[in-house]
Amino acid sequence: MDRIKTSQITGAEIVVRCLQQEGVEYVFGYPGGAVLFIYDELFKQDKVRHVLVRHEQGAVHAADGYSRSSKKVGVCLVTSGPGVTNAVTGIATAYMDSIPLVVLTGQVPTHAIGLDAFQECDTVGITRPIVKHNMLVKDVKDLASAIKKAFHIAATGRPGPVVVDIPKDVTAAVTEFHYPETIAMRSYNPVRKGHAGQIKKAVQLLLEAQRPMVYTGGGVVLSDASSQLIDLVRTLGFPCTNTLMGLGAYPATDKQFLGMLGMHGTYEANMAMQHCDVLLAIGARFDDRVIGNPAHFAQNPRKIIHIDIDPSSISKRVKVDVPIVGNIPDVLEDLLKLIKSSGAKIDEKSIGPWWKQIGEWRAKDCLRYDRKSAIIKPQFVLEKLYEVTRGEAFVTSDVGQHQMWAAQFYKFDQPRRWINSGGLGTMGFGLPAAMGVQLANPGATVACVTGESSIQMCLQELSTCKQYRLPIKVINLNNKYMGMVRQWQQFFHGNRYSESYMDALPDFVKLAEGYGHRGVLVEKPADVEPALREAFAAKNELVFLDFVTDQKENVYPMIPGGKGITEMILYEDL
Amino acid sequence: MTRHIISVLVENEAGALSRISGLFSARGYNIETLTVAPTEDASMSRMTIVTTGSEDVVEQITKQLNKLIEVVKVIDLSEAEHIERELMLIKVRAGAKEREDMKRMADIFRGRIIDVSDNTYTIELTGDTRKLDAFIHALDQASIIETVRTGASGIGRGNRVLRV
Repeated sequence: MDRIKTSQITGAEIVVRCLQQEGVEYVFGYPGGAVLFIYDELFKQDKVRHVLVRHEQGAVHAADGYSRSSKKVGVCLVTSGPGVTNAVTGIATAYMDSIPLVVLTGQVPTHAIGLDAFQECDTVGITRPIVKHNMLVKDVKDLASAIKKAFHIAATGRPGPVVVDIPKDVTAAVTEFHYPETIAMRSYNPVRKGHAGQIKKAVQLLLEAQRPMVYTGGGVVLSDASSQLIDLVRTLGFPCTNTLMGLGAYPATDKQFLGMLGMHGTYEANMAMQHCDVLLAIGARFDDRVIGNPAHFAQNPRKIIHIDIDPSSISKRVKVDVPIVGNIPDVLEDLLKLIKSSGAKIDEKSIGPWWKQIGEWRAKDCLRYDRKSAIIKPQFVLEKLYEVTRGEAFVTSDVGQHQMWAAQFYKFDQPRRWINSGGLGTMGFGLPAAMGVQLANPGATVACVTGESSIQMCLQELSTCKQYRLPIKVINLNNKYMGMVRQWQQFFHGNRYSESYMDALPDFVKLAEGYGHRGVLVEKPADVEPALREAFAAKNELVFLDFVTDQKENVYPMIPGGKGITEMILYEDL
Repeated sequence: MTRHIISVLVENEAGALSRISGLFSARGYNIETLTVAPTEDASMSRMTIVTTGSEDVVEQITKQLNKLIEVVKVIDLSEAEHIERELMLIKVRAGAKEREDMKRMADIFRGRIIDVSDNTYTIELTGDTRKLDAFIHALDQASIIETVRTGASGIGRGNRVLRV
């Protein structure tokens, strides 16, 4: 064997050096055979810190929560075979919500690939449909540029997860290390600026609108366009709604905000969507949980302006009149410049009747619930959570009724504070995501709103929380049912609660204590606020609050699946 | 539902083909034929995909293809003047009785006989898809032993080009 030149380093060291160059603070992962050389290199340095999860799904969700709450790329490291398959749910979750992640996966040595080796799986094949891009690095000389590319692709354009699959022998092989400063790809050049002619057309439509509506989604959060959005909406004086993924991009406490729209959106937001004459859609994709049945949505004529970085999101479910492909902050700035320089004043009189109409819809008070209940209402817990944390918490959630109530009742005034799995709807997301949020924002208040069913899907991460002293507050809305499943079974399956009741639940207080945390059982409405206050006062401790809530409570309003956006079931209808 | 012929320039990298075929199956798009080979620049392959779908679906297909990281350029050839060709090799019965007729039929379609045995001919035929279909239909079906077709390749007419 040739003597190794001193300037040459191993693939494993290259991986770690690349992460250092990218300024990566945390890698969320779990070791195994195929990544042992990389773990050995991690051990030898202290710049990049490793967070040891208890299951690879938790690693990806944690990196995801880290990214959503910090604007940085989340990084994971898992081993081959089961390490990868366990990570798949996390990767798909990030993909559906366009979250930038770099997932480094170990692979069996190149000579063993395709031979059904121990802990081998076709990582590139398995993850292909759930990543923005993936690659298998077969030569150590390509490793540094592959990792650079991965970070570049993950974070630019419409973001998303990128998987880099690294065979074990590549991590052992040596080469000279050179980390490219920039990367140029002839096949990948995301646009930034919107088309000037289209922007002009959009301005014209906006200025002539009589019943305008602004509808924004996760794209505004991801592109950090919140300040431009606020400027635009206030300049125009238009009503604004956010999707589940877009909450916080426009302040929820602002008078121009109509609340979330969609399947469990507010009456006023959904009515305004249907009856507006000009709709400005920004970083949103008209998905089935948002506009319901597209044929019903098309019954009311309206002009639609759609701004998105991804051309394939435009005219996918709903035909639009003025598509603008571009980076949202750039496009909004161009729009604003044109509006302000045009000197045109929004005619208060022309949109006055529209606001009056919206006021009438608002008067329905569609989110009301029984405040005198002797049993704890889940909505009440969330209202109190909002009060106690003064609206400043980072709130992660799992999936189901509790997620919808959190979205309805916690008024997010800032982006990147509401962290949930909107696209894939992954139960088990909340707790590991909260770990990433807490690590990205040390000292911040982090609440994980969950239910007794969701929390059990990644419960093992309570152990990780202990190891890294993450003082997350778990708000468990425990109604012993998979609440959203139960709600659908009540409405659409003749009250046949097939397998949605969960018997033999653990004693969550003892369970939390078993993991070394504090557990508190809350059974009466009067105890809700004191329990929350006490929990959030414990700055250095994870507190698991187990709220015994009303089993029969439902989320209202609700657009049944396949129905139109205005065909809502309201609280008062029942 | 109309027939579209889409040309794609793609980085010649491992896995690019499965990424594209995977996209079609994942999103429920049709593929009638798909051909692929490297171009004069070995780092790039050119793919021709024949698909059917409504205008909306074909618009989504081109957008989704463009979104793939390895895809350099996409055009819908059928939007304007273009030429398409497909190659077929067809093995037919050609015993003493059929030999003359089969030779004449191949000549009519400007096919070439490229292999001969005691009782078979193998005919090479190039043309657009309809011409190859017509040849198959013109033959006595019982005389066809084996057929292999490449699927269509296409190119724009005149100054209409697809290159980096």
